[in-house]
Amino acid sequence: MTTQTARIDIPADPSLRDALTIQIRKRFTNAGRDFTLEVGFTLTPGITIIFGASGAGKTTLLDCIAGLTTPDSGKIVVGDRVLFNHGGETNLPVQGREIGYVFQDLALFPHLTVQKNVEYGLASVSKGERRKKSHAILESFRIADLGERKPGEISGGERQRVALARALVTDPCVLLLDEPMAALDAATKSKIIEDLRAWNTAHRIPIVYITHNREEVFALGDRVLVLENGRMIADGTPHGVMAAPRRESLAQLIGFENIFHAIVIAIQEKRGTMRCRIAESDVELETPLVRAEVGSTLLIGIRAGDILLATVEPAGLSARNIISGRVLSVVQRDVIVVVRVNCGVEMEVHLTLAARDSLQLQPGHAVWLIVKTHSCHLMAAS
Amino acid sequence: MDGQAFWLTIRLAVLVATVLVVLGLPVAYWIAYSRRRWRFLVEAVVALPIVLPPTVLGFYVLVALGSHSPLGRWWQAMTGHTLAFTFEGLVIGSIIYSLPFAVQPFAASFILVDRRLIAASATLGASRLRTFFRVILPLSVPGLVTGVALSFAHTMGEFGVVLMVGGNIPGVTRTVSIDIYDKVQALDYAGANQTALVLLVISFVVLSVVYGVNRKVGAAWPWK
Repeated sequence: MTTQTARIDIPADPSLRDALTIQIRKRFTNAGRDFTLEVGFTLTPGITIIFGASGAGKTTLLDCIAGLTTPDSGKIVVGDRVLFNHGGETNLPVQGREIGYVFQDLALFPHLTVQKNVEYGLASVSKGERRKKSHAILESFRIADLGERKPGEISGGERQRVALARALVTDPCVLLLDEPMAALDAATKSKIIEDLRAWNTAHRIPIVYITHNREEVFALGDRVLVLENGRMIADGTPHGVMAAPRRESLAQLIGFENIFHAIVIAIQEKRGTMRCRIAESDVELETPLVRAEVGSTLLIGIRAGDILLATVEPAGLSARNIISGRVLSVVQRDVIVVVRVNCGVEMEVHLTLAARDSLQLQPGHAVWLIVKTHSCHLMAAS
Repeated sequence: MDGQAFWLTIRLAVLVATVLVVLGLPVAYWIAYSRRRWRFLVEAVVALPIVLPPTVLGFYVLVALGSHSPLGRWWQAMTGHTLAFTFEGLVIGSIIYSLPFAVQPFAASFILVDRRLIAASATLGASRLRTFFRVILPLSVPGLVTGVALSFAHTMGEFGVVLMVGGNIPGVTRTVSIDIYDKVQALDYAGANQTALVLLVISFVVLSVVYGVNRKVGAAWPWK
């Protein structure tokens, strides 16, 4: 018996036996602009985040893996199965790739019940086996009681669970998730992720999770790849990649709400710090020491959530930067409160609802902002 | 009213609508999903009967069915009689004449089916045929009903093509619209009116069904 699937030697390293290896190049157009997606990496079982702004090529990458789009050149291999090989002219059809794909809008079949949706991919299995499998997966995603409902009749979180169950019930060898949780609240999201992790412990396959949301990167990933304009610009642990960005565009991408040009005014080598003045202001900040010369310009990024806010002048703090200012506006955004403060420059501070209520902040109030030295992230100004 | 003509017309319309479902679905699928550059040409050919004078269409169908054409000769060899001026000939003419009324609503509703649903079906291992019957078709019910009803109603009321292809043979090719024409020629206005009224009511009922179904289906579906 012959099989159409091309085989390569099984890697000796057992961790690579189920790995997904990609080396592809694909030109694509997004919003009228031409991009080239050119990436190469190997993903071992577990969750890997692919992080990037919209238009960076994330969905195109997933479509290439799933077979919905054909790369211009390269190779896609799962374990010892070649899905795509430009040189060897292998290009398995979508149907034969055994890749689970949860789409951004989930793409549940609106006319089928939850159970029929989940059983959709089990057409080749006997009816009894089909029932057994779908029941087991519905149980493990806690949606067994929704079997007879239609996707239009259940909540967003439940629909998310159905989409995961539908993709996973077929025992795929890779799971692709395209910003699947974008519309969910944090609590719902974390419960679903827990269940997905539990499933992944029992079924060791690579899971590719793409997102443009910084919080999700920290909540989920063992490993994160950062995609920008079709290229991979960083690869590492969430903390390693997200806490010390080297490029301005990446910093903006991952949500530094406060980014300022600053001039180095003093280098305190023995303390391991330096003093910088924010351009066109009197605000001085003590920052970690980087290789820079006095008088040179850098970029300082400070996350709005890293700034403390006090309504009386604080004393006896370890934090080196205490900046006085006045509240410009207080706006609630979902469960965070965005406070804009004028302290010579405008800074954005994020508070919890409880903090806002206890501080009773109003525009015009005098406040002090407290910024730790190591909350000031320095980047080279481009 | 001429009962014979009436039943003949009903029989013709039911047959044509049925054949157009079988024939129209693949054509509509191709139009909706093909990426061929010359797709527009197929669309234009399918739409031709909408703008073509029925006599022109009828004339060419008559020529194509006649004993000088390969089709006509083949039919004659098989059955011993020509296709022209027979009920079968009428069916063929009517299928061509009503093709756009079936294909266009089918194709329009296929195009409306979310591409990601089709992609999802493929990633779940479903073949194109399975995707068509399990996803595309069930989500195209309004277009399907519209296409069937319109091609039925359109065949019910056709005149020019029938006259050209079928002539006016009672019980064989004499449809209600020809019956009306005959009655007016014979100055039987009361009889013509009676038959015309029946045709009017049928057309109205069919269109009401089309619009009613489209509205109801849309309103009853929670995901719309």
